[in-house]
Amino acid sequence: MMLKVSTALVRSSMVALVALMMGACDRSPLTTEESAVVATLALGALPALPSDPSNIYADNKDVAAFGKKLFGDTRLSLNGKVACATCHLPERQFQDDKPLAVAVGTGVRRTMPLAGVAWGPWFFWDGRKDSQWSQALGPLEDQVEHGSDRTTLVFTIATHYRQTYETLFGPLTDLPAVAVAASPVGTIAARRAWDALTPAERTAINRGFANIGKAIAAHGRTLKPEMTRFDRFAASHAQGNSAPDNARFTQQEIAGLKLFLGKGSCTNCHSGPRLTDDHFHNTGMPAVPGLPPDGGRATVLKAIGADPFNCLGAFSDATPDQCGELRFMSQDRHALTRAYKPPSLRRVSSRPPYMHAGQFPTLDAVIAHYASAPRAPAGHSELKPLDLSDQDRQALVAFLKTLEP
Amino acid sequence: MTRRRILLSVLALIIAVGGTLAFKMFRPAPTGTDFARTRATANGLYTVAIAPEKEPFVRDALHSWIVTVKNKTGSPVEKATIDVGGGMPQHGHGLPTAPKMTAELGQGRYRVEGVKFSMFGWWEFSFAIKAPPGNDTVVFNLKL
Repeated sequence: MMLKVSTALVRSSMVALVALMMGACDRSPLTTEESAVVATLALGALPALPSDPSNIYADNKDVAAFGKKLFGDTRLSLNGKVACATCHLPERQFQDDKPLAVAVGTGVRRTMPLAGVAWGPWFFWDGRKDSQWSQALGPLEDQVEHGSDRTTLVFTIATHYRQTYETLFGPLTDLPAVAVAASPVGTIAARRAWDALTPAERTAINRGFANIGKAIAAHGRTLKPEMTRFDRFAASHAQGNSAPDNARFTQQEIAGLKLFLGKGSCTNCHSGPRLTDDHFHNTGMPAVPGLPPDGGRATVLKAIGADPFNCLGAFSDATPDQCGELRFMSQDRHALTRAYKPPSLRRVSSRPPYMHAGQFPTLDAVIAHYASAPRAPAGHSELKPLDLSDQDRQALVAFLKTLEP
Repeated sequence: MTRRRILLSVLALIIAVGGTLAFKMFRPAPTGTDFARTRATANGLYTVAIAPEKEPFVRDALHSWIVTVKNKTGSPVEKATIDVGGGMPQHGHGLPTAPKMTAELGQGRYRVEGVKFSMFGWWEFSFAIKAPPGNDTVVFNLKL
């Protein structure tokens, strides 16, 4: 009798369980809590582009058009062969598919994609710049990127774009009598030449240089994230799953999404509609043999405060109360050692290699790293080991591939 | 062991595993965590109340809080300095920004600027108060 009751109980329970699971799948593949988080990750949750009070030209279309020209102009480089677009290839999500950027020389970091970066408060992997226009200035004077100097750059603008520049920004006056390679951050010769300039000449050069950055930034603000399969899924899911076929997820993609939200803890850092929290995390990324030691965010904290092109500097258009991110930035060197900004995961599957120095060639390798959670080369990794089966790993990759148009 | 016991064990396991996963997925603060926004300091020198300067505040954007400090008899505490800290105990990290007390507003009220909570979940938000009655600390719990 007992056996019969138990058998019946087992059968009816299993049928109920299966029916419950199937019913759940039919109605909604996600729990209420998961659905709520999915809604925060979808492109529909992206707020309007925040203003950039440090750049009064940020939303000026003529300045953006000028910036687009500068973005592709190789004359803004030491060898006449490098433009922003050399590494930020427009047809490749504004990145270059290489582990380390190659321009005048080879850099020490991976080129970052640009779609949607104007929504973030910090720029570069280590966030060493607090505005998009100030970010644009860095590579121009970096010896392995454009390899130029601010004085040569402003003279290049005066030679090739004087009329456009002066229409947009006003007269280019107080320049030195003759073009000279001069900058406070360049070679020894360039620094000496900079010291020999008058204060008025230095200010004029710095202002012209800042305006180059403001124009490139105005163009950069037009690069927005694209709608992806995930966004279509999220939108239809929010409407009760009356989805068009192309918004449906496979069971594997649903499983990957659930892991992304749950066991994988991915949304700890990849949150919000750009799938980044815009802050800095040590995730134990391996050091790359042959590259100089890289302390991440911790090593740039002083430079951010001293940067003449930061939000509080003389070339910013913001008032101090509009510079909150800079005024209240964390100075915790220990927590920020080898901490880097999580990049947006939008379109991530079509742009390997991954991480700040292109350490991992595939998403499988990335997930293997997060699962094993190795010790950080310096500082303290935030990761904890994850028990992910092969099936889990494949599901996560399948989900990440839904972040494509 | 009967089949019923096996079944009950399996169901219990499913519930336990499911519960554990749900717990890990959206981990709440430990049961009994006090989310009150008015609390006594650790050594009882002050009663501190906190409130966002503007409601509703945007979790992942910089915003300000007003911290109101009263002494044991309920009188406002003037001329205090307040250091701000906090973090996510379950994630082992601090606040993403470095909020600061930027103004004394009178009536024991102080403005703390530069606050941002970069994740959903349980946050601690702590204040170290220095004022003539002495130094004391208080930790609030926030659920975001």
